[in-house]
Amino acid sequence: MSWRTRNHPSYWAFVLHRVSGLLLALFLPFHFWALSTAIAGAARLDAFLDWTRQPLVVWAEAGLVLLLTAHLTGGLRLLALEFLDWRSWQKSVVGLSAGISLAVGLLFLLNAL
Amino acid sequence: MTARAEAWLWIVQRATAAVLAVAVAVHLATIIYAVHTGLSAAAVLARTQGNPWWLGFYLVFVLAAALHAGVGLRTILREMTPWRGPSLDGAAACASLFLLIMGWRAAIGLFA
Amino acid sequence: MSGTIDVSVWRGGAEGSLRRYSVPEQESQTVLDVVTYIQRHLDPTLSYRFACRVGMCGSCAMTVNGVARWTCRTHVRKVVSRERLELRPLANLPVIKDLVTDMTAFFEKWTRAKGAFVPAASPPADFAKVPPASREREAASAGIECIGCGVCYASCDVVAWNPDYLGPAALNRAWTLVNDVRDAGNRERLGAVAGDAGCHACHSHRSCVERCPKALDPTGSIAGLKRATARALLRGEL
Repeated sequence: MSWRTRNHPSYWAFVLHRVSGLLLALFLPFHFWALSTAIAGAARLDAFLDWTRQPLVVWAEAGLVLLLTAHLTGGLRLLALEFLDWRSWQKSVVGLSAGISLAVGLLFLLNAL
Repeated sequence: MTARAEAWLWIVQRATAAVLAVAVAVHLATIIYAVHTGLSAAAVLARTQGNPWWLGFYLVFVLAAALHAGVGLRTILREMTPWRGPSLDGAAACASLFLLIMGWRAAIGLFA
Repeated sequence: MSGTIDVSVWRGGAEGSLRRYSVPEQESQTVLDVVTYIQRHLDPTLSYRFACRVGMCGSCAMTVNGVARWTCRTHVRKVVSRERLELRPLANLPVIKDLVTDMTAFFEKWTRAKGAFVPAASPPADFAKVPPASREREAASAGIECIGCGVCYASCDVVAWNPDYLGPAALNRAWTLVNDVRDAGNRERLGAVAGDAGCHACHSHRSCVERCPKALDPTGSIAGLKRATARALLRGEL
């Protein structure tokens, strides 16, 4: 099966949804570990938060926000497809999802930098 | 896995998705607000420490995420690798359990 | 029309190679015209399928420049890329010879999905009154035009990844029967289409919808089956 068969918006939406889901699943344990530093006291959590203020980390976090929002909006599209039986506008919804994801990611970045 | 069990996994995945849709929206809004007003341990703990509502929210959020991630990881491995059968199901269940324990530990740590 | 088209055609079975032919360009030429020209004038050993030539039977489906199409309804001008055409048999099916695939698995899955009408145990007292505008009838009507050409099956990633997956056509057919209020076999049918070889394996890539020459919506039908099986499961009927 060739790439030319797959090269349409709904397929790329699937790829994004799967990749973002996988990366988020792999990120989660690290996220929970970081938050649990609070158990050792506020100072430990602050030390970790200081580390996150580096520009590289802020950009990485913005990337994570982008992945999360992309997975969320893509997921909402799937829920609509499976439960509301929306057939038309699927391409537009893919575009809309992408737009919202970028907007949220940008909003985070602007606030965090 | 039987067809009925697969059908249950589908329901779990969509139900947790619906819960996560709300939880993630709240979480994103919280993150952006928190980052905007300055992220520090004091600010985070001021929100979460001793607050049963945030605790409740995060316990539910983590449970939904742990189940959703487990089902998702199982699907990806099953489709993209030769691994299948009860050993994969067990491994996916362990992944869910691991996320659940880590997440609840963190939520309780922020509450206590 | 003075040019020629450079056509590469798959020759052989599972093992084989692309062979090149030079076909004169003609007005309103279809890909089926090209294949027929090759077989009649250049290489009589070429095997391919066609029947109606007018977009009704689906026999002529093959892979044209990487995409599954009905060759009788594909104008060369629409798909030729830099005066080149590449023709291969349909994907996801065993190749018998050249452009001819073995459709057995495709139709076997139709049976496995219980894609046949099941009458009630005893004859009904009266004709079934099915309002054409009812939700079920509209859902059924939206899917019954399928002629089993295999284009959706050949375009589906999940079919490629999972040999047991019933596929878009079989599941679409099952959905039309789930919505047929006269059918008595839905308990077994929902059991047959649930699970990892059935509707739950679909991830809504929608390549089937993109490629279906009859503009059907197998993804939508499969979504319907997901809802129907979930409902049955929650009621203890699956």
